[in-house]
Amino acid sequence: MLDERVLTISGEADIVTARQAARQFAAALGFNAMDQSRITTAVSELARNVVRYATNSHGVVHVRETEAGGRIGIEIVVADEGPGIADTEQAMRRGFSSGNGLGLGLSGTGRLMDEMDMKSAPGEGTCVTIRKWRR
Amino acid sequence: MARIPIIKVGSALIATVDEDLTDDDALEFQERLNAAIERTGAAGVLIDVTLVETIDSFLGRLLHEIAVGARLLGATTVVAGIQPPVAMTLVELGLQLDGVKTALTAERGLAMLAAPSRANRAR
Repeated sequence: MLDERVLTISGEADIVTARQAARQFAAALGFNAMDQSRITTAVSELARNVVRYATNSHGVVHVRETEAGGRIGIEIVVADEGPGIADTEQAMRRGFSSGNGLGLGLSGTGRLMDEMDMKSAPGEGTCVTIRKWRR
Repeated sequence: MARIPIIKVGSALIATVDEDLTDDDALEFQERLNAAIERTGAAGVLIDVTLVETIDSFLGRLLHEIAVGARLLGATTVVAGIQPPVAMTLVELGLQLDGVKTALTAERGLAMLAAPSRANRAR
């Protein structure tokens, strides 16, 4: 049976909670220390984006087990009802930042994971899905 | 709440980051460290991150800012004990902590602060 955890983000302390949950989940699925670090860091970046940019810093994180072609993976969906992003490709590009960061958050998240998709439109919130497959 | 203790040993300040920090904890540490450098006139700062399991773009950038800020106050910073998975993750994230001195262990970091290389002295 595939397992799932759901967490609500409503402030900065939840960034820590989200990454702890992601690390525990990844460890339980048998990801090695290197991949646990990648997954935890990716979740930290996405959770921080929610706290920084979403309306009332509110968002929801789903952490779940996934399977495809006989492979076991972890899938994390981070969704918010914030202002949304008009150009998701630009947002995922290295060096792009709308805030005061270095623009490494989203592009870096993509490099740490095997797959990342982002769905967003102005006024319609943002939903980022990331996956990593166990080797 | 995480409080990062800052202790003075000789002319160096030693801070052991031992918790999963919130952003506010990290920013508070930066302020307290700068105040401690000013108050003590420390020439070196050792930040031991051996127990830190996650350094994301925020904390990575902050460590860089802390080192640059300490240098402007006349202190050399060494970040010690970055765990191998954390180091790999930082590289993939695109954060190389350029200009931040690092050491494998806190012991080696302290040795670097105690006996600065010729290059450090020249600066």
